[in-house]
Amino acid sequence: MSDQQVDQGKRTWLIATGCAGAVGGVATAVPFVSTFTPSERAKAAGAAVEVDISSLKPGEKMTVEWRGKPVWIVRRTPEQLESLKATESQLADPKSERTAYPTPDYAKNQARSIKPEVFVAVGICSHLGCSPSDKFQTGAQPSLPDDWHGGFLCPCHGSTFDMAGRVFKNKPAPDNLEVPPHMYLSDSKLLIGEDKKA
Amino acid sequence: MAEFKEAPAGASAGVKLLTWVDNRFPASKLYKEHLSEYYAPKNFNWWYIFGSMALLVLVIQIVTGIFLVMHYKPDAALAFASVEYIMRDVPWGWLIRYMHSTGASAFFVVVYLHMFRGLIYGSYRKPRELVWIFGCGIFLCLMAEAFMGYLLPWGQMSYWGAQVIVNLFAAVPFVGPDLALLIRGDYVVSDATLNRFFSFHVIAVPLVLLGLVVAHIIALHEVGSNNPDGVEIKGPKAPKDAHGKPLDGIPFHPYYTVHDIFGVGLFLMVFTAIVFFSPELGGYFLEYNNFIPADPLKTPAHIAPVWYFTPFYSMLRATTDVMVNVLVVIMAAGVVLTWLKGNFSTKGKLIATVAVLIAAALLKIFDAKFWGVVVMGGAVVILFFLPWLDHSPVKSIRYRPDWHKYLYGVFVVVFLVLGYLGIKPPSDIGTLVSQVGTLFYFGFFLLMPWWSKLGTPKPVPERVTFHPH
Repeated sequence: MSDQQVDQGKRTWLIATGCAGAVGGVATAVPFVSTFTPSERAKAAGAAVEVDISSLKPGEKMTVEWRGKPVWIVRRTPEQLESLKATESQLADPKSERTAYPTPDYAKNQARSIKPEVFVAVGICSHLGCSPSDKFQTGAQPSLPDDWHGGFLCPCHGSTFDMAGRVFKNKPAPDNLEVPPHMYLSDSKLLIGEDKKA
Repeated sequence: MAEFKEAPAGASAGVKLLTWVDNRFPASKLYKEHLSEYYAPKNFNWWYIFGSMALLVLVIQIVTGIFLVMHYKPDAALAFASVEYIMRDVPWGWLIRYMHSTGASAFFVVVYLHMFRGLIYGSYRKPRELVWIFGCGIFLCLMAEAFMGYLLPWGQMSYWGAQVIVNLFAAVPFVGPDLALLIRGDYVVSDATLNRFFSFHVIAVPLVLLGLVVAHIIALHEVGSNNPDGVEIKGPKAPKDAHGKPLDGIPFHPYYTVHDIFGVGLFLMVFTAIVFFSPELGGYFLEYNNFIPADPLKTPAHIAPVWYFTPFYSMLRATTDVMVNVLVVIMAAGVVLTWLKGNFSTKGKLIATVAVLIAAALLKIFDAKFWGVVVMGGAVVILFFLPWLDHSPVKSIRYRPDWHKYLYGVFVVVFLVLGYLGIKPPSDIGTLVSQVGTLFYFGFFLLMPWWSKLGTPKPVPERVTFHPH
């Protein structure tokens, strides 16, 4: 090193300008990072969807799009509703008490629905966002246990859900399928994306 | 400023031009340092062609990529059709596209072999730690390139693969959902996501990748190449000639350039055979589901990543609640062992116990889903630490105790089995096998500081073993 004396005044100014420059740099980064967040257009695209379910027969499922996600509406048969009692003991969260995807109060029951037979859920696995497939057929079949009562199987990582979208124990998915806010406008008209509180 | 050199009297125009350039830019100096006077050990075997080959594939990917961008449309409504347009209507477009898609898989074949070479010959050991770390950085960049590039054709596998990987980030406690939102730029994978992935795939990541490749080579040429014997040819004790050149080294050019061109010839035979006769390679290089346009409402019946990600994907799938419990038990066993046999002070033992208790609590508090992500990420990140995990007294597998060779053999088999299971639909037995495989993979690295010291190594020769032919 040189034997020159350190000019303390100059050093203070160098540190000060360095800090000021760093603040400026961080401030400049803010708008750049902000461009990564959803645009105003993407935010505006989240309107509620109205669905007519009068033609949905027992045991059938229909899918509608809400906020770019698949929303399932299943009209369950009495046997399928009955199966919810049998699966209860094998579930990770039978009473939907976890809060990651809070279940609305009006769906905090065994069938997880307003009307017992009509099940409304976002068809996205709580593990990594795949859309599970329908496995309404009961009994033994590939990738499923031998005492299968009907439900859904996620093709990505093998999580299984019962007919109320409740996840089975010891599967990659931690949460039950999300029940979106929804309400009945009439007996056969559903509004998905809004409920009475809103 | 350096002194100006003069070309000798009567020199040709070429020599004069080179002298003019050399006075302004170190052209001859760079050529000598990196090619004609870069001394590489003369005992390289065929494992040593994969570095140059990776460079070749990088060039193929960049050139074909430039031409693909001229016809591709990064728009959710147009992307799928524009790829089909390249395949059907652009003259020779199919060839460029198949070269790019086959190149992606070829890149991983070559890089995995290149990394394995480093693993068995101890090429990451002192003083080559930074060569290895830059290399791991390149591997990470490649993974990012492959993942983001795979979204661009906007097929079913593109879409759902991206959906799954972006949701990995959502598993991070507290900030996860916001982080996933920041990556997608929308509440689901959409046009916004496609556009930013395109930008990262064609500009941002390649720039970082190129920088890392340069750093990798500069670091390598600073410390010199390792070799199958793990003997330093440029060390203070290594034999040198009157000019200080290592006797066990030969100039990279022309010896290894010719050697590598031969390897390139063989590589291109295989590469072109795949490009022309089996570009999809039975669904492994291009998955069949990706010939169906992306449908946000329907996940394909069986979704799996492309083969090069499957070993890590298996580890993700293996991390269930049972696996988390197993990890807690293993950590508890580790603590008991520390108390019984470890040569630590009481303070050290207490610290270890508290650390394990905290880790166990965290393991149980957060979902297995989050730990799956940690396991998958950790499987890649652990590679960065390899130089400090290996405590073996010898570098090369050649002089390790025999059972080390079997251990490396088992490691390769486990990695391949994990890769195989990752392309299969989930099954109970498959999950069990991948859980065992995951434990082995991490055990191999995390216990390396202990097992690599065990056994009696064979005597390492003073000079490299080389038989002229």
